[in-house]
Amino acid sequence: MSTTTYLIRGAALAGGAATDLLLDGGTIVATGTAASTHAAAATAEVIDATGLIALPGMVDLHTHLREPGREDAETVETGTQAAARGGFTAVHAMANSTPVADTAGVVEQVHNLGQRSGWVDVRPVGAVTVGLAGTQLSELGAMADSRARVRVFSDDGMCVWDPVLMRRALEYVKAFDGVIAQHAQEPRLTEGAQMNEGEVSAVLGLAGWPAVAEESIIARDVLLAQHVGSRLHVCHVSTAGSVEIIRWAKSLGIDVTAEATPHHLLLTDELVRSYDPVYKVNPPLRREADVLALRAGLADGTIDVIGTDHAPHPSEAKDCEWAQAAMGMTGLETALSVVQHTMVDTGLIGWDDVARITSATPAVIGRLEDQGRPLAAGEPANLILVDPSARWTVRPEQMATKGRNSPFAGMELPGSVRATFFRGHPTVLDGALNTPLAYTGAAS
Amino acid sequence: MRHLLSTADLAREDAIRILDIAEDMVAVGTREVKKLPALRGRTVVNLFFEDSTRTRISFEAAAKRLSADVINFSAKGSSVSKGESLKDTAQTLKAIGADGVVIRHGSSGAPARLAAAGWIDAPVVNAGDGTHEHPTQALLDAFTLRNHWSAVRGVASTGSDLAGMRVAIVGDILHSRVARSNLWLLRTLGAEVTMVAPPTLLPVGSGSWPCTISYDLDATLAGGIDAVMMLRIQGERQHASFFPSAREYSRRWGFDDARLAALDTQPGRETVILHPGPMNRGLEISSAAADSPRSTVLDQVSNGVAVRMAVLYLLLSADPQRPGAL
Amino acid sequence: METFGATQGSGPTGPASVRTVLSEADISRVLTRIAHEIIEANKGTRDLVLLGIPSRGFPLAQRLAERIARAEPGTDPAAITGQLDITMYRDDLRHSTTRTPAPTRLPAGGIDGKVVVLVDDVLYSGRTIRAALDALSDLGRPRIVRLAVLVDRGHRELPIRADHVGKNLPTAASEKVRVRVGEIDSENGVPVNDVVIVGQP
Repeated sequence: MSTTTYLIRGAALAGGAATDLLLDGGTIVATGTAASTHAAAATAEVIDATGLIALPGMVDLHTHLREPGREDAETVETGTQAAARGGFTAVHAMANSTPVADTAGVVEQVHNLGQRSGWVDVRPVGAVTVGLAGTQLSELGAMADSRARVRVFSDDGMCVWDPVLMRRALEYVKAFDGVIAQHAQEPRLTEGAQMNEGEVSAVLGLAGWPAVAEESIIARDVLLAQHVGSRLHVCHVSTAGSVEIIRWAKSLGIDVTAEATPHHLLLTDELVRSYDPVYKVNPPLRREADVLALRAGLADGTIDVIGTDHAPHPSEAKDCEWAQAAMGMTGLETALSVVQHTMVDTGLIGWDDVARITSATPAVIGRLEDQGRPLAAGEPANLILVDPSARWTVRPEQMATKGRNSPFAGMELPGSVRATFFRGHPTVLDGALNTPLAYTGAAS
Repeated sequence: MRHLLSTADLAREDAIRILDIAEDMVAVGTREVKKLPALRGRTVVNLFFEDSTRTRISFEAAAKRLSADVINFSAKGSSVSKGESLKDTAQTLKAIGADGVVIRHGSSGAPARLAAAGWIDAPVVNAGDGTHEHPTQALLDAFTLRNHWSAVRGVASTGSDLAGMRVAIVGDILHSRVARSNLWLLRTLGAEVTMVAPPTLLPVGSGSWPCTISYDLDATLAGGIDAVMMLRIQGERQHASFFPSAREYSRRWGFDDARLAALDTQPGRETVILHPGPMNRGLEISSAAADSPRSTVLDQVSNGVAVRMAVLYLLLSADPQRPGAL
Repeated sequence: METFGATQGSGPTGPASVRTVLSEADISRVLTRIAHEIIEANKGTRDLVLLGIPSRGFPLAQRLAERIARAEPGTDPAAITGQLDITMYRDDLRHSTTRTPAPTRLPAGGIDGKVVVLVDDVLYSGRTIRAALDALSDLGRPRIVRLAVLVDRGHRELPIRADHVGKNLPTAASEKVRVRVGEIDSENGVPVNDVVIVGQP
């Protein structure tokens, strides 16, 4: 908890009217005129937020922090620094570390590393199956009951392909209000797949990853979720057909939520023509029509959240031939800018919607009680200040993440995170990393 | 353009320039001294990550006839098979002083990466990459077709194109870099192309290609075709259920004796049969067809050296600091 | 060949002076004289082969062959004329952008044991002729090789001289000699034949 009191002056709450916010003891203690007249305001450090938008700290349901095991790619420390710079106050660390986060021991280790780092809340995701092998359920309950209090389970990177196993997982996590986050990819239809299957793959001679491989799994899973009355989350939806299936499922009242990545909102498979592996990602970049369908789905609520799928890789994993390259892109430090560029500046959604899809809804899906809350008196002081009029050029070498694999490198994007307050403490100030929240060894 | 990576980005005038120069190179091949000094002192590296003795020998002969020094770098038994990256290999070649790299690679796009990644600044010639392209094969096929087509029309081959020629490409289009390179080049040169294949061996997305797609070889041949290009089919494809059996494939899409005989019933057309080799006799092409006077298989091989000489000359002879002619 | 690339117009310092040194009629007279010199030197047309160096040397070789045939009835001008491309033999290939080679065409009788007269428009450094001699030796073994040029402008860089010269033209190195032949060069659609010196003021 922060020991300094901050008075933020003139921030537009979620893009609305400008107001003041007084942060003290990790909490928003007052807003509006009450903020400056509050007793604590007298000694507060004043932050001029004129022209800035205040948003609740962003919550990522889909981050690869790589630790333990691939500290050459990213560590909890560097990954959470990147998260803070990108405007996040909580991230969910995906389970495909080495060892896999499929036991209480590993998730507690990751959770503990996050607490010690102090840049954001790190919520480990538990593997659905042992070793992500897709054959045997992990000890989901043990992870749920651990100090990491895991609520999101995913084999991300691998699809829980066995329909019986998927059904059991969906059913089982109801015992502790968990959710299965599915990486929807029919494995037989995507053997050796390198990119979206379509006109571009036909020309480039790269093995195709057909949209139907994603859509068929999503269709199956929403029907399974309906059948057993469970909660399903669909990771990184990438095709127009998937959006349509989820829209249909929601119309039936099926308890499904869906996520889209920033890169799938902006980039298409045309970029693969360069054979530059920085554009290699799973699920792959799709067609323009898919990009537009994802944006429409986000705007009408079919897609609930932005998940970055931040996937840093060491340079040698990308500095090679396309087929030999690793899949994945960094995304934490560009997420908000891409959302502004593709959704806000296009007029599809407002800043209140940004707060919903980047913070409030992901916090609800992940069952994080003190994240994604409204910016109101008495609420936890997890918030960010954004300059929507700023423009900046993406320079991967200047990022906090170890990964240099940003597909947005060289692009000019709008919007800059000027400050991030994590439980009242500024982890980012003036657009640069400040200091982490001091580790007390207690708070969860 | 400093490299030859694809026929898709080869302009018509550049393609015709290569074919015209190749005609002069054919003449060199018939002389007593089959050598030109144009690339004296230049080093060409044949960087072959896939075995292909035919293509490598062709490039080697081409480079040597231009007096270049040739280094053959085969992945087998080299540090590449021990996990050395393409980047390290490229930087090694740079340090050796390679003036040009001819690369054959199993991964689509590897030559494009080599040309663009900044690991080496020498011109790169794609000698076949994965299931992407094989531009010099397409150029030698076009050269062979142009000789035939100009003779049929009674015009000089130099400077001419393939306008009005009807070409069928038959077989495993999905996995064929030869088919892709040929399609783009044949279209650039004005030919009409029909792709004939089982539906399983046509890529999703090929519907937008500038060609006619057919599943019926006999109907295509009956429609009048000036050249049939048979692609090599790998028998293993049946195990991945691309077709039920080699026999069924051969019956429906192989160029057999009956189809050869049917060509003779078409007056006014002197249809030729091409195959990039190596052939599976009895599978995609019968021995009678492969050895018939219509077959251009051996012409293709000898034309290959001339076309590759033209390409190496155009990419390597000039000042590397100035923009190349291609 | 040396004039090729020297036709790029005026120098950097202003409008260049242009003076004609051979008119169309001059060229015609000069070629007739050279044709007779060749016959005389060869004592007839036996074993004679004229090889023009592209691009302007070839039409000059054709014109010489026609004049020789007129003087020596029974000679087929086409049968004694050919074209010798020297692009691949140049010593400056890598100092410029890529050059497109021209075809080499030898008379049906080949060049072995023949008297080959190389024909070019301008003799300058001598490097083109050096390349031509190399190219020739890869094609066969002539008995004698001679050289005929329309203009010799001096400034030799190699020990090479011409046997038949249309006109010796003292020039400054900064000047450019431009030869135009009607088979290749035209102005407003009208073929032009002349030799001009473009001087740098």
